[in-house]
Amino acid sequence: MKLITVAGPPSSGKTSVILKLIECMNCAKGSIGVVKFDCLTSFDNLSYEEAGIPVQTGFSGKICPDHYFVSNIEDAVQWGVESGFELLITESAGLCNRCSPYIRGILAVCVIDNLSGVNTPRKIGPMLKFADIVVVTKGDIVSQAEREVFAFNIRQVNSAAKVIFVNGITGQGAFILAKYLQQAVEIQSLTDTKLRFTTPAAVCSYCTGETKIGAPYQMGMMKKMEFKNL
Amino acid sequence: MTVNEFMMILDSKPLAEVLKEYPIGWDFLANFRLNNLANELPFSQALLKVDDEALAEFGLDRFGALKSFGAFLEQFTPKENPLEEVKSITISGGWNKSRTPENISLTISAGEIISIVGPTGSGKSRLLNDIECLAQGDTLTGRRILVNGAELDDLQRFEMEGKLVAQLSQNMNFVMDLTVREFLEMHAKCRLTPNVGEVVAICFQRANQLAGEKFSEDTLVTQLSGGQSRALMIADTAYMSDSPIILIDEIENAGINRRQAIGLLAKREKIIFVSTHDPLLALSAHKRIIIKNGGIAKVISISEEEKESLGVIENLDNTMQRLRTALRAGELIHMKDLSEPSS
Ligand SMILES: Nc1nc2c(ncn2[C@@H]2O[C@H](COP(=O)(O)OP(=O)(O)O)[C@@H](O)[C@H]2O)c(=O)[nH]1
Ligand SMILES: Nc1ncnc2c1ncn2[C@@H]1O[C@H](COP(=O)(O)OP(=O)(O)O)[C@@H](O)[C@H]1O
Ligand SMILES: [Mg+2]
Ligand SMILES: [Mg+2]
Ligand SMILES: [Zn+2]
Ligand SMILES: [Zn+2]
Repeated sequence: MKLITVAGPPSSGKTSVILKLIECMNCAKGSIGVVKFDCLTSFDNLSYEEAGIPVQTGFSGKICPDHYFVSNIEDAVQWGVESGFELLITESAGLCNRCSPYIRGILAVCVIDNLSGVNTPRKIGPMLKFADIVVVTKGDIVSQAEREVFAFNIRQVNSAAKVIFVNGITGQGAFILAKYLQQAVEIQSLTDTKLRFTTPAAVCSYCTGETKIGAPYQMGMMKKMEFKNL
Repeated sequence: MTVNEFMMILDSKPLAEVLKEYPIGWDFLANFRLNNLANELPFSQALLKVDDEALAEFGLDRFGALKSFGAFLEQFTPKENPLEEVKSITISGGWNKSRTPENISLTISAGEIISIVGPTGSGKSRLLNDIECLAQGDTLTGRRILVNGAELDDLQRFEMEGKLVAQLSQNMNFVMDLTVREFLEMHAKCRLTPNVGEVVAICFQRANQLAGEKFSEDTLVTQLSGGQSRALMIADTAYMSDSPIILIDEIENAGINRRQAIGLLAKREKIIFVSTHDPLLALSAHKRIIIKNGGIAKVISISEEEKESLGVIENLDNTMQRLRTALRAGELIHMKDLSEPSS
């Protein structure tokens, strides 16, 4: 089975792109599965089910979605292998800009949209920086110039990635993305593979439910800001 | 220069010197919050004074930072542009929706304008898509798109990275919060244009010529009218876009001089496809592709009679423009407004 991880900010077009991508791949019905990692709620499973695509959804709740992803990805792969998929795609919504659920050796796709502002690529961080392919959506509603500036800003933070423009509504561009993804490697398990980037350190008192503010309540791994005297 | 050569420079030359030669390097430093390095030292030595922690936040170690900087400088050094070499494209026929072969091979050269006509659902957008993804018999129409007469392998197709085709349609808007001047300067910078001032000035001037209503350099792009936006997009595409092919989808009632706009793009040696039912646009093309049932049914070269009729159509169009302007200004419409202006 092949595995592709897709990440990107909420509403950037991940589900739309994955649906169009699967349409282009011309595979037998049921041979491509999707695992959706989300925080609280998600309606994506409905879109996938409607398209006849087997889907599993997991909610991270109060745990950082990245930690949740890592602790469940091997089980997801086993589900995919047992279900006899040729291809498994994971969709996860990066919420803090520190997220990057990418694994070494596994094709990593980051989806961002043109409407998010030209400087957004510089703010996204590892999720963009460590991707192999950056898919840019919603190019149908901004000017050519802005698309070019946007792509330039992507290359500034990730000079190595391929930038592919896909229209999540018409599917324009999904074909070339599908071609590119054929390079994904066959795997049976992810055990002993490594993440491309450390997951956010989430081990302070606030991670575990503390709500009071002030030094006495701050425990564990803390990063303090430095305020200079004027 | 290769990434390795850039790394060697970063390892030996003072950073200040490198930045002087490659000012875009400032962007790299800013992206990694490394703006305050000791510039008198080479990058790799200046980096020794940076906290491991600070680099780790970006997922870098010292060697990784050096390598990334090298790759960055390589990426943003202007190089020979393979797209400039696109002299022609050839559409080699596939089949229509009933699987009847198209039996056609149409070669289009730089500077040529092609219009595409046909009812809704007939396959106009499909043809534009085939061109954009450089179909090689692997889309549902079976068409092949050759560049300079040659087929392309997948690697070459990926290399184009969506830069082959620039698009222009009715739905497009500006979303950046910039003035016209700032906007053009930003685009010029991304294009690594050496003579920014000059290019910006000419874009601005041409855009104003195309627009019905004039606008100033200090207008926010988001506040331009539909016509002004379209005019700016066209001038910008003509002078700043890399892409040798332009796909135009329905810019019918755009409030700009459409014929001049298309002419401007053609003069810049672009290959232009216009999907349109606007007579003025359709007849401004050298050839027009008739799409029926998903296939190219016919290719018509513009006839002498059609060329002549273009003048009349333009007058009709101007009349409509004048009527619009008059209505907008609150004037009454008189019968004499409907005849050609005497001047
Ligand atoms: N205009 C336009 N809208 C898009 C495009 N791609 C996605 N959308 C819309 O953006 C919204 C969010 O898309 P979705 O795929 O759910 O994003 P996700 O949260 O990243 O999975 C939906 O309303 C889509 O229809 C695109 O290329 N152009
Ligand atoms: N040669 C063809 N074979 C099969 N399907 C086709 C062919 N040409 C077009 N189609 C399909 O027909 C539908 C309508 O085509 P489209 O290009 O959107 O039409 P238009 O832009 O002219 O309104 C699309 O789903 C397209 O994929
Ligand atoms: Mg989604
Ligand atoms: Mg169409
Ligand atoms: Zn996170
Ligand atoms: Zn915490």
